[in-house]
Amino acid sequence: MLVLDRLSKTYADGTAALSNVSLQVRPGEIVALIGGSGCGKTTALRLIAGLDRPSAGAVRLDDELVVEPHPAIGIVFQEPRLLPWHTVADNVGFGLMDRPAAERREIVAHALERVGLAEHAHRWPKELSGGQQQRVAIARSFVTRPKVLLLDEPFSALDAFTRASLHEHLFRLWDETRPTVLVVTHDVSEAVTLADRVVVMRPKPGRVDDELDLGLARPRDRMSAAVEVATRRVLAALDRSLKPVQNRPAGGPAGNALWW
Amino acid sequence: MTEAALAEGSVGAAAAPARAGNKQLDLRVLLGLVLPVGLALGWEAAVRFGLAQGRLVPPPSRILQTFAELARSGELSTHVWATLWRVAVGFGLGAAGGILLGALSGISDTSRRLLDPTLQALRAIPSIAWVPLFILWLGIFEASKVALIAVGVFFPVYLGVAGAIMSVDRKLVEVGRVFRLSRSAQVRRILLPAILPETIIALRSGLGLGFMFVVAAEFMGASEGLGYLLVDGQQMGKPDRILAAIIAFALLGKLADAILVAATRPLLRWQDVSRERL
Repeated sequence: MLVLDRLSKTYADGTAALSNVSLQVRPGEIVALIGGSGCGKTTALRLIAGLDRPSAGAVRLDDELVVEPHPAIGIVFQEPRLLPWHTVADNVGFGLMDRPAAERREIVAHALERVGLAEHAHRWPKELSGGQQQRVAIARSFVTRPKVLLLDEPFSALDAFTRASLHEHLFRLWDETRPTVLVVTHDVSEAVTLADRVVVMRPKPGRVDDELDLGLARPRDRMSAAVEVATRRVLAALDRSLKPVQNRPAGGPAGNALWW
Repeated sequence: MTEAALAEGSVGAAAAPARAGNKQLDLRVLLGLVLPVGLALGWEAAVRFGLAQGRLVPPPSRILQTFAELARSGELSTHVWATLWRVAVGFGLGAAGGILLGALSGISDTSRRLLDPTLQALRAIPSIAWVPLFILWLGIFEASKVALIAVGVFFPVYLGVAGAIMSVDRKLVEVGRVFRLSRSAQVRRILLPAILPETIIALRSGLGLGFMFVVAAEFMGASEGLGYLLVDGQQMGKPDRILAAIIAFALLGKLADAILVAATRPLLRWQDVSRERL
C-alpha cells in the first residue's frame, strides 16, 4: 500500500506547494489526481518519486519510508524525456542495464510490442512522433515492473485521438502486472476513463479537497450512462474546489454546473 | 572552365530532369568558384602576356611549381611534419588540460569559484604576449612553441567543456535518478553523451587555434616548420614560397578538421539537427 502521511512541501521562496496531504492507495488501484494549476499535483508526484524531499510528513510504500528514488516506483513525466543518444530499444531497456543482455532484449521486445512500436526498436528518438515517444517512455517505466507507477500529465501535449489510443496501450501494460497507478491530470474525461478513484485538489496551498470513488467497471464504454454520471460528479467536485472555501454550500448536492 | 562547367550542368539537368534539384545545387556551389578561379586565371594571363611582372605576386602556375618542387625535394614534408608534430603535441596537452579543468569547473560549484576567475583573467591576455616569457622559461626550442600552442588550444576547450556540463538537461539527469544510477553510471550514461557534441565543437575550434598559434610559434625562431618557410620566403624575397606554405597550411588545417569530424561523426548520429553540419 502506498501511503502519503500529512505530506507538506514549502519551497525555498516560501511558496506552500503542498499542505498536509494524506492519501492511501491500495495495490493495483488507479487513482487520478485532478485540480487547477498550482494545486500541488506535480509536487506530490515528485515527492512520491523521491525526486524532492517533503518539508513535513512522509511517503511510505509497504511501510518503507521513501526518501529517494525507489526501485519499485516508476514515473512517466509530462515530456517523454528519452535519451536522444540511445535507440528506442535501449531507451526502453534503460532501467535494465544490470540484467543479462538476452533477458533484457526479450523484455524490451515484449514491451515494445505491447505499445505497438516493435518495428521502431532500432530507430532514434528524433525519428518518432510525440505520441510514439511517449509510448516509449511508458514502456520504459513498465519494464522494471514497478509496484507503483506515477504518471505526470503524460498525455497533456497530445491530441485527443492519440491520447485515447495511449490510454489503451497504458491499460494493456497495466493489465499484465497490475501496479498501483497515480495519474496527475487536468482532463476530467481522462480521469474518468482511467481511474478507480479521483482525488480533487485545491490550490494555495495545495491540499486534498475531495475524494470520489467512481465504482466503474472495466472495460469502460466512454458513451455509457455510468461514465457520464461519473464525469458529472468529477466536474462538480472540481467546480467546488475552484471556489473559495467560505462560499461552499454545506454538504451541497452535486451541481451540474461546468467548472469553466 | 567555369563556362564549361555551367554548360555541362545545364546539359545534365536537361538529360536527367529528376536530378534537376541536385544539379541546381551544384551550380550554386560552382558560383562560389567564379571569383577565385577567375582572378587566378586573369592574373596568370596578365603575367603571361607581359602586362605584369609577377615578381611580388607570383602567378598561380609559379606557386604550384614551387609547391611541387618543395614536395619533390622532400623539403615540404620536413616542414609539414615539424609543424604537425608541434600542433599535435600542443593540441594534445591543451585539450587534455581544457577537458580536465573544464570538467572540474562544470561539475563542482566550489572548483568553479576557485578556478574560473583566474582562468578568465588569464584568457583575457592575448596568448602571443606569453611568448617572451615562454622563451625565457622554456628556451627557444620546442618546449616554448608547444607551450604557446597548448595555451591557445586550452581556452576554447575549457570554456566549451565547462559550458556543456553546466547546460546538461536537468530533466535527463532526473531520468537517471529515477532509475537509481550510481554516480559513475550517471557520468557514463548521461553526462558524457550529453556533453559530447559541444565538446567536439570545442575541440574543433581548439584545433583551429592550434594552427593559428603554431605560425606565431614558428615565427619566433625555428629552423623548420611551415611557419619557418613563411619567414624564410620573406627574408629571401620569394613570395612563391610564402604562398606555397600558406596553401600547405590551408590544406593541413582543413584535413585535420575533416579527420576530427569524420572520427566523431559515428558518435553523433543520434543528434536531432536541422541539417548536416559543415
